[in-house]
Amino acid sequence: MIAPSAYILKFRRKFKFSAGQVVGLGVNTALEPRLYSIASSEDDEFVEILYTEKLDGQLTPMLSLLKNGDKLLVTQPFGTFTDYSESAVFIATGTGIAPFISAIKSRKVSNVSLIHGVRACDYFYYSDMLKERLGKNYIQCCTGFASSEHFDGRVTKYLKEFPVNPNKKYYLCGVAEMVVDARDILISKGVPFGNIISEIYF
Amino acid sequence: MNSVVEAKKSLYGLTLNELSFVVKGEGLQSFTAKQIADWLYKKDVTSIDQMTNLSKKSREQLEEKYQIGLSEHIKVQQSADGTKKYLFKIGNDKFVEAAYIPETDRATLCVSTQTGCKMGCLFCMTGKQGFQGNLSTKEILNQLRSIPEFRTVSNLVYMGMGEPFDNLDNVLSSLEILTSDWGYGWSPKRITVSSIGIIPAMLTFLEKSNCHLAISLHNPFDDERRQLMPIQNVYPIHKVIEEIKKADLGRQQRVSFEYIMFDGINDTDRHIKEMGKLLNGLKCRVNLIRFHQVEGSPLKGTPDTRIIEFRNALTAKGIFTTVRASRGQDIQAACGLLSTKELNKKSNQS
Repeated sequence: MIAPSAYILKFRRKFKFSAGQVVGLGVNTALEPRLYSIASSEDDEFVEILYTEKLDGQLTPMLSLLKNGDKLLVTQPFGTFTDYSESAVFIATGTGIAPFISAIKSRKVSNVSLIHGVRACDYFYYSDMLKERLGKNYIQCCTGFASSEHFDGRVTKYLKEFPVNPNKKYYLCGVAEMVVDARDILISKGVPFGNIISEIYF
Repeated sequence: MNSVVEAKKSLYGLTLNELSFVVKGEGLQSFTAKQIADWLYKKDVTSIDQMTNLSKKSREQLEEKYQIGLSEHIKVQQSADGTKKYLFKIGNDKFVEAAYIPETDRATLCVSTQTGCKMGCLFCMTGKQGFQGNLSTKEILNQLRSIPEFRTVSNLVYMGMGEPFDNLDNVLSSLEILTSDWGYGWSPKRITVSSIGIIPAMLTFLEKSNCHLAISLHNPFDDERRQLMPIQNVYPIHKVIEEIKKADLGRQQRVSFEYIMFDGINDTDRHIKEMGKLLNGLKCRVNLIRFHQVEGSPLKGTPDTRIIEFRNALTAKGIFTTVRASRGQDIQAACGLLSTKELNKKSNQS
């Protein structure tokens, strides 16, 4: 557990993947695999999956009970949320940061900005690494409480209040509501919709 | 009909198997399940007391824990062309829409499967609500059962709010009730389920249902489609079509592709050529849909003349292509608009 109800699941990597891809996970064949973005580097020995436990969920409560050596069913990686341009802007909420963590750790991007929104500071996953790699281009948005350390409010509030560069490419990942709202704000600020690529949770 | 009283469980929307569990739990004769299904889906009762071939004692016993569970619409808008849009309340603060579209030789009802949607398509109003929840089997079927035109509806399309394959279990149960002999007994040919193409759920649907499948295509190029539809990053359209080509479709089962026409975005000769390649070898229909611009959208609808040219060009490539007639424009019958307004009204009040 890395924060209340938030976990990193690790298993030995037996496949090649591209940062931004997802795998389907399951603990038995009775349930359809659920999709999760990989949060580790393309070269890491272990694959890391970032997830939050949903008490009414079918899979995550079982994932949280797994012990070292237990069986985990994993599909081959797939997905095409993988081709990030230089000087891109990554926008994520919660565990939606996972594909961007993978891209940054894999050093597939340079000179990127990352705007990450969470409800409490505990959920700024991998923040030490991000501060070190991105410096001022790592923007933390938190709705939980005000602090001089982070922007007070949602990522959508941040996007409304600060200028955006219409020539950059924007990559969004998170719940549909954030993705749709953030996309609308970017478009209203002159970003062509072709410069906005989104990944959604479902 | 009264609104749903949540304290009691609903019988409406249960499959025969689920009704068997109910009667077993109540210690009733096993054949009672079939009798209840008959009353619910063939005789359209609105109270348990109307199930007169059940003993009075059995009815009273059922009424202690169960109700029929139908709920009326809370609003209806009628277009000059006869299209009606019904708004249903789900729980305390959610809304879904169903659109009734009468034509000379048929009447189609478009139903919703979720409140809001997770899929985030650029052109869709429903996505702007975010995702609020899955509809139960009862809530899906209630959109049909509780409108005055219930018995005149000839065709059902799952093309309203939400992604049906993101709520597959309840969608499949609703299809089972619609098409089973013990249920409404509809032919699967009268029902079309529309999806953006979630491959694992689509394969389950094709295995378990003979109803028609419609896929939202909207752009044959991977890179361009993902600008419109985030799902493309996970399940690219060419993979969706590959799987459909491999699937063992029933003789009567039809596959169609929905294609909303966006001016300058997906209506060029390049797109026609790629559509020909993508759909090559697949017996299917393409349904071209006019896009009616909504406020703030960066997309514009293709002019009618170009839509006709596009249709003719696809037809010349051997792809059966139709242009969907626009209906209910004066009431904004496209899904998501009415419920979004209602949702905004509610949040402004609170």
